[in-house]
Amino acid sequence: MMSFDQNAFLIIFTASMIAISCGLLGVFMMLRKMSMTGDAISHAVLPGIVIGFLVSGTQRGLEVIIGAGILGILATLMIDWLRKKARVQLDASIGITFTLLFAIGIILISVFAYRVDLDQECVLYGEIAYLPIDLWISSSGQSFGPRIMWLAILNLLLVGVFITLFYKELKITSFDEKFGIVIGIPASAINLGLMSMVSYTTVSSFEAVGAILVVALLVVPPATAYLWTRDLRPLIQLTILTGILVSVVGYYLAYLFDSSIAGMMVTVAGIVFFLSVILTHKKFKFSLGTQKETQPFSS
Amino acid sequence: MSDFLYFFSFQDSSIAFVVMGITLLGIGSAFVGTFSFLDNKALLGDAISHAVFPGICLGFMLAGEKNPFYIVGGAFLSGALATFLSSWLKSNTKLSDDTIIAVILSVFFGIGIVFLTVIQKSGNPEMAGLNQFIFGNAIGIVERDLWVYGSLSILIISVIGFMLKEFQILVFNPEFGKAVGLPMNIIRFVFDVLLILAVVIGIQAIGVVLMAALLITPGTAARFWTDRLGILLGLASLFAILSGVFGTYISYLLPQMPTGPWVVVILSSIALISFLFAPKKGLVSRYFHRRSYLQKTQRDHVLKSIFKARELGQEGLTRAELLSLYPHQQSSIKNSIKGLEKEGLLFVNQSLIKLTDPGKYQARRVVRLHRLWESYLNEYMNIAPDHVHESAEKLEHLLTPDLEALLESRLNFPKLDPHQEQIPRDHDEL
Repeated sequence: MMSFDQNAFLIIFTASMIAISCGLLGVFMMLRKMSMTGDAISHAVLPGIVIGFLVSGTQRGLEVIIGAGILGILATLMIDWLRKKARVQLDASIGITFTLLFAIGIILISVFAYRVDLDQECVLYGEIAYLPIDLWISSSGQSFGPRIMWLAILNLLLVGVFITLFYKELKITSFDEKFGIVIGIPASAINLGLMSMVSYTTVSSFEAVGAILVVALLVVPPATAYLWTRDLRPLIQLTILTGILVSVVGYYLAYLFDSSIAGMMVTVAGIVFFLSVILTHKKFKFSLGTQKETQPFSS
Repeated sequence: MSDFLYFFSFQDSSIAFVVMGITLLGIGSAFVGTFSFLDNKALLGDAISHAVFPGICLGFMLAGEKNPFYIVGGAFLSGALATFLSSWLKSNTKLSDDTIIAVILSVFFGIGIVFLTVIQKSGNPEMAGLNQFIFGNAIGIVERDLWVYGSLSILIISVIGFMLKEFQILVFNPEFGKAVGLPMNIIRFVFDVLLILAVVIGIQAIGVVLMAALLITPGTAARFWTDRLGILLGLASLFAILSGVFGTYISYLLPQMPTGPWVVVILSSIALISFLFAPKKGLVSRYFHRRSYLQKTQRDHVLKSIFKARELGQEGLTRAELLSLYPHQQSSIKNSIKGLEKEGLLFVNQSLIKLTDPGKYQARRVVRLHRLWESYLNEYMNIAPDHVHESAEKLEHLLTPDLEALLESRLNFPKLDPHQEQIPRDHDEL
């Protein structure tokens, strides 16, 4: 049962790629207290995906990614507009924005059901299990392996490049935005860049894990890592580790229970998170070498 | 059209049931949602609505069919667990509020998806009913559901009506409540229970993902129209009912359409209209308010410039002279001159712009306020004479006659301001 065939490897590999891309962006979203904005973006890209689908006629077109990217940025701008211009409080702006855009997406899917090969369930939790049979075949008929895997690799590459290039800027604006502005960092451009990367990652991972579970991968591994450390570099390393762990364990548990792989990955992420909460809790504090004593009520 | 009449005349008892159900649950969630919006906890409702999903699946697994008692029970328990966990995490970890909400929301939903796929693969034919909880289908409400959901809604509405004062204290000033000896923990507990119940019954019509809208949007939209809690609750319920009934109507016309998204779209449109056009707080009315204020300040400045020219012995200013005083506001100054002429405060004589008698009166008042304020800052605040102009430039438009009288008596009716310029009075020669 615990087979380690090629398909299992491909699925785990792709899932890890997706989890790492999401986790890397999620760390900065969490530090900026924008986790719920990430949630909003991942819901809001849906109409962009459907429109891109209608324009290109296929789920694989560049139009889909462009459409989703535009909608992701639109959602960020709409939240900002509601908050600053219409003076709605932040959490209500987020709630109104994502529900409206997601609702429009679902309506578009229902209206164009005969033209769009997207069902509502796929939107919710995707299906990574079909990955090995969905191959990328060139025009000369040569197969390069699973299409979604290549998307995930490209995604991780771009996210990696983005974070390496702007590491200093991201770090400074995440911890102290005003200081960043003072020393001449274009904070709003960096912010918009991060939001675009989140939208792009959401779309790219969408077929594999669905729009809502992307949120879990954005939020849960960074939150788990944050329980153990507050320094940025270990935070990123732990997030990546958690992402890989979740992919491996999630895949085999899903196999065991015959359930959705993405759903099981999130369940495992939740279990790891709660174990971490218990282990790092003051009452159960184990001595962990050089681990610094933390203040549980700091916020 | 005949569909419309058929639907809204409620001849069909099942339609009447559905509309009654939607109305009740709309009021219930609008009430609860408005309070949690006022409490700055709008997104907790979103977390709970995702979190009830595994409970629904579990209830379904135990009952083996779509039994409202099992489903409501399961949903309530998992919603309660999520609420408890989120407040426990808040006090026991250093994670920020929004991270906690996002973690709870996505993890519970993920567990729900695992349950859902397990049920799907078990091949139970009742499965179709379960999918409706994700996006909602109000048309699916049958008489048995109505009894459960309807009575729960009535329970929510009556508890809120009964404990209105307590909840008001809870969201506006819990410290005060504690000080006067109210059991705030119990009140918060009751409120959390109501919130979970509202979510549990709401998802039947709206679905798990979009339930947040039914909680957040009506209260947010209504907040733009009123400052009074009673009217706020009434308006929020009205918005929820309107969108609920129309959403149901669309699902009735086009059965493949889920209800939830349409309810949300209509609700959001109402909210958008409120943000833009509500009197006083709406964007448009604030824009016009601001514009008329800016216009008034600029007209005051034009009058003041001509008045100062008169002090230097000129009769008035030419248009070119006036425009050269405001090099960056050419076109708006032209408009101001036109407007002042129409109001009868200015007239143009032999290419000189001069003040009429009411114009002189007005200009004198503005200059007087400006110089009085400068004197006040200088004398009472010990601010150097070369630093007082900027502040006076703003305050001259705002000072009321009452304040003017007070300044005059405090400063003992000064003749000169800190720049040794005369402070003009109404009895002065013009």
